[in-house]
This record gives sequence, C-alpha cells and structure tokens, in this order.
Amino acid sequence: MSETAELRDLAAKEYEYGFVTNIETERIPKGLSEDIVRLISAKKEEPAWLLEWRLRAYRRFLKMLADGHHPKWAQVSYPEIDFQDMYYYAAPKQQAKYESLDQVDPELVRTYEKLGIPLAEQKRLAGVAVDAVFDSVSVATTYKAELEKHGIIFGSFSDAVKKHPELVRRYLGSVVPYSDNFFAALNSAVFSDGSFAYIPKGVRCPMELSTYFRINAQETGQFERTLIIAEEGAYVSYLEGCTAPQRDENQLHAAVVELIALDDAQIKYSTVQNWYPGDENGRGGIYNFVTKRGACRGVRSKISWTQVETGSTITWKKPSCILQGDDSVGEFYSVALTRNRQQADTGTKMIHIGKNTKSTIVSKGISAGRGSQSYRGLVKIGPKATGARNHSRCDSLLLGDQCGAHTFPYLEVKNATATVEHEATTSKISEDQLFYCRQRGISEEDAVSMIVNGFCREVLRELPMEFAVEAQKLLGVSLEGSVG
Amino acid sequence: MTTMAAEQKPLLEIRGLEARVAEKPILRGIDLTIRPGEVHAIMGPNGSGKSTLAGVLSGRPSFEVTAGSVLYDGKDLLALKPEERAREGVFLAFQYPVEIPGVTNNYFFKAALNALRKHRGQDPLDAMDFLALSREKMKIVGMKPEMMSRAVNEGFSGGEKKRNEVLQMLLLEPRLAILDETDSGLDIDALRVVANGVNHLRSAGRAMLVITHYQRLLEYIVPDFVHVLAEGRIAHSGGKELALELEAKGYRWLEKEPPAAAVGAR
Repeated sequence: MSETAELRDLAAKEYEYGFVTNIETERIPKGLSEDIVRLISAKKEEPAWLLEWRLRAYRRFLKMLADGHHPKWAQVSYPEIDFQDMYYYAAPKQQAKYESLDQVDPELVRTYEKLGIPLAEQKRLAGVAVDAVFDSVSVATTYKAELEKHGIIFGSFSDAVKKHPELVRRYLGSVVPYSDNFFAALNSAVFSDGSFAYIPKGVRCPMELSTYFRINAQETGQFERTLIIAEEGAYVSYLEGCTAPQRDENQLHAAVVELIALDDAQIKYSTVQNWYPGDENGRGGIYNFVTKRGACRGVRSKISWTQVETGSTITWKKPSCILQGDDSVGEFYSVALTRNRQQADTGTKMIHIGKNTKSTIVSKGISAGRGSQSYRGLVKIGPKATGARNHSRCDSLLLGDQCGAHTFPYLEVKNATATVEHEATTSKISEDQLFYCRQRGISEEDAVSMIVNGFCREVLRELPMEFAVEAQKLLGVSLEGSVG
Repeated sequence: MTTMAAEQKPLLEIRGLEARVAEKPILRGIDLTIRPGEVHAIMGPNGSGKSTLAGVLSGRPSFEVTAGSVLYDGKDLLALKPEERAREGVFLAFQYPVEIPGVTNNYFFKAALNALRKHRGQDPLDAMDFLALSREKMKIVGMKPEMMSRAVNEGFSGGEKKRNEVLQMLLLEPRLAILDETDSGLDIDALRVVANGVNHLRSAGRAMLVITHYQRLLEYIVPDFVHVLAEGRIAHSGGKELALELEAKGYRWLEKEPPAAAVGAR
C-alpha cells in the first residue's frame, strides 16, 4: 500500500460509517413548495386530513421564514440554509413489499449489515426489534409478528397512518404542534417517514424497540417523525441510532419525536447519534435540528431521555418532558462530544405542571479540538406544581485549549414549595491523570478514552447494555488524535 | 545476596544524570547502579531531588533531562515513552496517587495488566481470572473486595491510596519497583501492611528503589544499600546501618563529618 493510501485509511477510520450505498434512488424534484408537500403526501397515499395538516404546517413555516423566525438563539453558527436547494424525498427505487423481509433489496440488507444491524430473519439482533429507515422511507422492521402477539404496534410511520389512522390522528402534533418552532413546522410539512410504536395497557414490551436512521442520498434532507404511545401501565425501551456518508456538502436532518405516557406508563428513550460530523476543517457533515418532547400525561408516569451525541457538524436539540400528571418523573441524561469544528447546543426542558413532579438532569459535555458546545436547559415550575423537585448537574470536560464549553441554565419557579438544585463544573483532563495511566502501561489515547468514559459513566450506565458498549467505543474512536 | 548480585548484569545504570523542572536544575549528576534482587533506599532532606529522580525514571513529562544516561536492562530508558517503560517492567508507586472518577479499580487494573500482558505476548486475562488474581493480591494488603468496584482512588483515605498503589504493584509484578515516599502519611499499622506487600514482591529477579524521608519504613523494608541525596547528587552511600545513623544524627550531620558506614557513592 502506498503511503498516501495508508494515510487515507487512517483518516477514514475516524468515521467508520462514511460509505455510500450504490442503489437506484427515486427522488422528487428539488426544492420546497406546496406541490412538493402534496407530492410527498400522495406518494404516501395519505388520507386528506393528514395532507391538510401538512399544508397548515407548510403555511406556518413560510410565515416563520418570512418573519425571520429562523432560530438565532442557539450558540451555533452556520451559513443560511437554502431550503430550495435540497431534495425532500428520496427512496430506494425497488421498494419491496414492506410486509416481507425476504423481499428487501439485498443491497440494503448488506448496507445495514455493514452498519452492524442485520435484518435477515436468521441473523437479526436478539431482543431488539429494528425499524430501518433509509433516506426518506422505512425499508424493514424486524420482529413485527412477535410484537403483534402482545398487541404492540411497531413499524414505519407511513404504515401506521394506513393501518391505525385513528391513533396517529389522535396523537400526531399533540406534544409538538407544527407551530412549535421553525424546524418542527418544516418537519410537519415534509416528513416522509419514521417510526411508530404503541404499547397497549399493562403491557411491558418484551424487547428493545429501535430505529436505525441512515442518510444515503446526496443533497437530500431527512425529515422523520417518531411517535411513541405508552398506554396505562405500559413500559417500553426505545433506541435510535444514526449514521450518514462522508460528504463535503452539509445535509439537513430535522426530526420530530413525540412521546406520550399515560397513567403509570414508562418510556425510556435512548439515542446514539453518530451522523457524519464533517472533517477537521468543518467541511461537510449533518445539520441536526431536532425537536424531541415527551408528555407525562398520566399520574406516576415516567419519561427518560438518554443521549450520546458524537456526530453531526451542528447539533441543536433539547429532549424535553412535560410533567403534567401528578407524581410524574422526567429524566435527561446526556453526553455530547464535539471536536474539530463541531458545534452542539443541547440540553433539555423540564416543565413541571403536576404536583410532586420530579426531574433529574445530568449533562456531560466533552469538547476537543476546536469544538464548541453549550448546555441550555430550562426548568419551569408551574403555579400548581406543589412539591416539585429538580436536580440538575452539568459537567464539562475540556481537552486542549482551543475548545469551549458554556452552560445556560434557565429557571422559572412559580411555586414556593418547589426544590430546584443546579450544579455545574468545568474541568480539564489533567497531566497527572494521563501520566498515572501511562505509568501503568496504558497508552495516551486509551487513557484519554478511559478518563472520558469515566466522566460519562453516570450517563452511559443508563443505556441498554449493547448500546453502552457501542457508545463507549464511539467515544474512544471520536477522540482518536485529540490529544497533544 | 549482595556478593552474588555483584556478579549479575545491572538492571539499572544511571550515569551523570541531570534534570530540571520548570527551568530549575534539580538533579545535578546522579550515578547509581542497581542489580536484580537488590533493594536500594534513597534518603535525603526535602528538596534534595528524591521525587524528581522517581519522576525522571518513570518518564513524567514535566521533567526535562539535560545530561547523562539511564540504561535499563541494557536499553536506553530515557528514549522510551512512560507507557513503554511500564510495559518493560518499571513501576512507580506514586507519592500522591491520582483520582480517576468513574473508572473502577477493577477496570483500570485489568486494562493495565492486559496492556503489560499484550506487550509480553500473553493472552489477556478474562474477567473471571482477573477477579481471582485480584482477590488473592488484595488479601496481602488487607483490602476488601468491594474496593475493586470503586473509582480509582476517588474518596480513598491516604492509607487506602497507598495500599492501592502496592496492590497494583503486586498485580503488575514489575522488574523495577520505585516507591516514592510510600510511607508518608501512614500510621504504623498501615505502614506494616504496605511493607508486607512490598516484601512479598522481593525476589532475586526484581529490584526496588525505595524513596523515603524517614528511616522508619526501612525497619520493615530492609534495604541492601542506602544512598543519601543532597542537592541533586548522591552524597553518601552505605549499607542499611547508614539509615540508622542518619536517623540518630539528622541530615545536617552529613555536612560536618563523613559517616562511618559510608562507602562513597560510585
């Protein structure tokens, strides 16, 4: 191998998932218009009410765009996005009949295998049902039949619209209305697919549900919606993973996730976000503008968000909880890592409405290279939230001296009986720590990875086992070459 | 032991070693030869360069070597990175062990041991074998098994930290163990336990460099040689009696008259 090829291999190693699948793709014309919205809806064979909803969202988006409502508050900078200069829908041409995994294009099966997500019946992951979303469509869902035995509905959003329109209609936009924010409005107008899960009353979902999002097509945005409903006493643990090819262009990913937990229900939502982060000069990478929100509607319900954010050139997300039911619980555990020119503005909102509601926030930020990140969190205690409690802890770890970390905690307390605590620390990996590890025979890079993983331990232990292992590896790989 | 050892090839040969920290010269020409099986004690007043010597030998980045050479098992020790030195069998028991939040003793020790094993071409120890090994070694230093699931040194008392150092030494079985004031801040019971752990490792193939301010530790870890460091040089060398003489008369006595037990630094 020539020296340059070796170097290229070394550089490519940093982002393992940067390959492109050669597959025939069907795309609708470039740009955004009412016709495009209609076209997407038609492609999905959607009912009229949904098209109406999309169009209302689209008009709202146009108004926000005209009024300059493009959000500017976040501590991130990027050139203005040209919403006419991208494709809003791209799908593999040979779409299999969604019902049978055997008919999925072998090229797609190979793609997911390469990503570590086998779809084939005999090889699929034990104990994890996977919905595979490729560009704008869901291409396969495993364990569907098994889940149906428990009355659990899990699969693509489009499928749910066809088979369970009453559920979709009742809950869609009920937690994140299309008018919520600029990117939520855009998503509501043009979303193409996503995952839908419904856990009936009293059912504890017997396996992890997960969605694997893959962006493949060029110049294409991914706009998916996820809707999870846990009925009274139900329990579900849901995971999502995401990757994209290594490209010089920036691609937009604007998703909306809505969770609904009724009385005594519990939803655990975990994310390992590894979109292509761009190169060391900040070229390429995914713009990740996501709105995630859970509603603890029922008494004693619980929603917990766990996220490991290592990818994307820009990450903008605040997974939040509306604690409406009395004694409901919201949790947010986050690890965000920024290096090179990556920027992240992430955090959460905990809205306490019911009595004795409780929330916990643990945020761990790691900045390396010229990465910049901000924790932005809101804890709001409403006038009726007697006895509400919040504990927030935000720790930042800096590697090197060109990176930055910022913490913006916002507090609004309208009930005097509430208890709100906030702790924040910023630290650097010390030379003493590194030397101690190295004196024990551990290489400098392994030592950094070990110290970072230790720093994140409180969050990583919230992840399901397989994901925790993957997240640890990811943090290690992402930090390669960050020392010195 | 001494006569036999004298015929052996040296494990460590320090010649004319000079080093500085933040532009300030600390070591001003150290010469010292250590053969396998020997225990050497380095004594000396504060600021004489004891810990700097330990730091230079283990490769602490903030210490800058300005002259001299160090051969370890015939290799140029100063050319190796700290982790390479460790893998070659150089171990430093730290005077101030570092806390690593969120990383358990168990994970850390296993990673360290397996890094060494990999270097020696051995298979890594699996979790079960490592557990058995660590239990056995913990008994020697009187540590409870639950200490393995705590974060490295985090919230440990002074005594617990030192025990934790000796435990790592027992697990990693170095060829050259450097103990940097391992006795500081220990009560007499802890001192005995720590010394017991160190003595456990004494063997014909292994050498030790015990750095201490007080003679007390040397009652429990009996050295073959004692060297007195003053202003960055070895001022006197002798047998174990030198330590007792020093204890009785203090370091200042050395400046006035050469001690009876001294045989001169070589």
